Amino acid sequence: MDTLPTIWFIAIAVLWTGYLLLEGFDLGVGMLLLTGTRKDEERRLMLNTIGPVWDGNEVWLITAGAATFAAFPLWYSSLFSALYLPLTVVLLSLIFRAVAIEYRGKGHTDRWRRWWDRALGLGSFGAAFGVGAALGLTTTGLPLDANGDRVGGAFAWLTPYAVLGGLAVVGFCLVHASTFLALKTTGPVRERARRLVVRWSPLALLPIVAWVLVIQFRSGTVATWALVVVAAAAAIGGWLSARAGREGLAFAGIALFLVAGTASIFAAVYPVVLPSTLDGAWDLTVATAASGEYTLGVMSVVACIGLPLVLLYQGWTYWVFRKRIGTGQLPPQHRVMPAAATRPAPVPQRTRR
Amino acid sequence: MDPLEIARWQFGITTVYHFVMVPLTLGLGMLLAYMQIRWVRTGDERWLRMTKFWGKLYLINFIMGVATGLVQEFQFGMAWSEYSRFVGDVFGAPLAMEGLLAFFVESTFLGLWIFGWGRLPKRLHLATLCIAVAGSVVSAYFIVVANSWMQHPVGVDLVDGRPVMTDVWAVLTNNTALVAYAHTLLGAVAVGAAFLVGISWYHLWQRRRAGIDTVDARGRVVVGEEPSIRGRDRTDHGVWLSGLRIGAVVAILGFGGVAITGDAQAKLMFDQQPLKMAAAEAACHDGTGFSVLAVGPLGGKDCDLVVNVIEIPGLLSFLAHGDFDTDVKGVNTLIPEYEKAYGTALPDDPKYGARAGQTIDYLPVMEVTYWGFRLMIGFGILAAGAAVLALWLTRKGTVPRSKPLMWAAVASILAPFAANITGWVFTEMGRQPFVVVPNPNASGTDGVFMFTAAAVSPGVSGGEIVFSLVALGLVYGVLLAVETVLLVRFVRGGVAAAMPDVGAPRDHDPDDQDTPDPDGADDVLAFAY
Repeated sequence: MDTLPTIWFIAIAVLWTGYLLLEGFDLGVGMLLLTGTRKDEERRLMLNTIGPVWDGNEVWLITAGAATFAAFPLWYSSLFSALYLPLTVVLLSLIFRAVAIEYRGKGHTDRWRRWWDRALGLGSFGAAFGVGAALGLTTTGLPLDANGDRVGGAFAWLTPYAVLGGLAVVGFCLVHASTFLALKTTGPVRERARRLVVRWSPLALLPIVAWVLVIQFRSGTVATWALVVVAAAAAIGGWLSARAGREGLAFAGIALFLVAGTASIFAAVYPVVLPSTLDGAWDLTVATAASGEYTLGVMSVVACIGLPLVLLYQGWTYWVFRKRIGTGQLPPQHRVMPAAATRPAPVPQRTRR
Repeated sequence: MDPLEIARWQFGITTVYHFVMVPLTLGLGMLLAYMQIRWVRTGDERWLRMTKFWGKLYLINFIMGVATGLVQEFQFGMAWSEYSRFVGDVFGAPLAMEGLLAFFVESTFLGLWIFGWGRLPKRLHLATLCIAVAGSVVSAYFIVVANSWMQHPVGVDLVDGRPVMTDVWAVLTNNTALVAYAHTLLGAVAVGAAFLVGISWYHLWQRRRAGIDTVDARGRVVVGEEPSIRGRDRTDHGVWLSGLRIGAVVAILGFGGVAITGDAQAKLMFDQQPLKMAAAEAACHDGTGFSVLAVGPLGGKDCDLVVNVIEIPGLLSFLAHGDFDTDVKGVNTLIPEYEKAYGTALPDDPKYGARAGQTIDYLPVMEVTYWGFRLMIGFGILAAGAAVLALWLTRKGTVPRSKPLMWAAVASILAPFAANITGWVFTEMGRQPFVVVPNPNASGTDGVFMFTAAAVSPGVSGGEIVFSLVALGLVYGVLLAVETVLLVRFVRGGVAAAMPDVGAPRDHDPDDQDTPDPDGADDVLAFAY
């Protein structure tokens, strides 16, 4: 009976996973600009690993939001209005990040670049934390009334689960970005990224592991626990590969960890999409939050055409930009000067027209 | 603080701001694709330079559209959750289609284009730009479809008090949407074209001021070059003259299209939202004349206080019905009709909260609708007139030396922006007090309408919305300043700003290769942030 809503629940889960998987390294690279290196050239190199792809990756978030609106309007409106303040921060963060990526190289002072680096780093952090908090809360619950509206004021969402979700995504992004940089760069940036994975990933992945376990202890089944086992094996495999200097495998391991981890979370919370912490009867479920059959059918056709194409051409993009880059390959940054006379203009000729 | 009022201000401000960037992205994008097509087909250096220069400005602007577009999508859920609950079954679909079918395409292929110089074969690289631009054009369609459904709901049935989509084709081919889309797209083309005219004029003027280009006795241009200024060679003249003349022609064509589609849209609106059009006229009584200038308190319903200083007899009837003597209903006739159909006070329903029982004011803010409508038309005519003048003044191959004229040309860039903004403010404020305007014609959509007063998020406090409004306002203000500074810097830099090696002899030109070097791993990238 709930076939279409269930398919769309899976589709939304896929979109969020795709977002975390792809934007994960964009946001992580952004955060690493704050701490990763003191050399401007190296920061520029890091930025250019995500240069061609970050914008396409961000669309996964836009589509996840819009698809939730289309397929589960009640989920969309309750979640987004309840999280008014954290989502405002996400928006501001993403604005700063996007503009910083484009504008950083268009000024010619160190100060200009440092400011945009800060905007990029903090923007990436804010976006990762806010999205993590939102995902953490939609899987653990918000104080919602029967209509789906938040009770308890502007900060009612601020619970340990919000912080846990936020830290989970921030930590994951940092690890994911490190494996990505190790795979995409040459020279000192690559070496440093590799060391970061080996040294810090056990700690940085702790919050996301905690989030997964919280969900499993609340509503896990045998199948979802099996996914947790897969995730754990992937993470350990990824870490061992990183230690052995196998950068491709390390990246794949962390990626698989994320996919299996989020799958275990979404599978465990199903069919509830947004629990109410006030009364279980007010939980939004796949059945109660969904659009009508007709709308879901139309959207299914659109998704069946659109999503495979997206995967195809985004995959092709990664293929085109598959090569590692090093600081030596970055073109010199030039100063933009007005194309006006550098010496006085000749005496104007009095030819009137 | 009433969350409703603040949320409305926020939606208005963020939307207008977003729609400063968007028409430029749309219009300039299409012109940019044309330039690169010309370059690939002719191999003429001029078109390469144009692609590079305008492409740089395009990207500086594009990113602001991307950054501020996200706010629009999130805002429906954040500030307007009751609206989202009510319309979600039908309104979310075009937004999701936009993401899946258009925005993914646009963003991914634009990334390929930006970084693809020298890395992709020439024709494939051109294709990435064309696909990205097509993505933005399709994206605009879906957004207009969503907006038009609010203006004129179709393709739904009312089930349990909510519209449920029954016919997606009706939604996608809503006549309101088709006309509004053509109108919007052509308006965007006019924006991009005026941008070309103003900036090209500036550079032609700079060349004349520096004494590089002169005119002979018959007023014809004598093109020169100035080796001490990077990029100021003979080709440079062609870059700006072509830009100016293409821009002017396209602006004129665009404006013609805008006028035709605008007329069609007005005829639809007289039928679909008569009160909006009556308010656009500040017309109290039924009548046939179009008011050009009215004075007096436009907001009042007391018609005797509003005096039409200039009125063109019959024109209003022509705009509405295509003849000169059919009466067009005025506000005082329409308001009782609306009150009869949709009530005089907001129903006593929990979704209206404290606003239940308030009297409904069906009259939009008439100062805004009256002047918004006239300013839109006025700015449009101004832009078209500027384009015609620009064509005439440059018929001998360059611009006059006059500095005020140069500034006027640069300032005329703003006219089509202003026309776009006033047009949208008119149409959005003109549909108040409804957020979803009732469809007066279709039978299946009876009861499918929503008052703006019912749309705001019940759980969100005024303080939260004030915070986001102030924060977004500050950030938007700063970023507008930054974007303007960057645009000015790159405009003044001319072609050399976008092509540092302009004019230099290129023995190894990565752009001219049809097959990129397979061992190019150690090569310096053609572009990096």
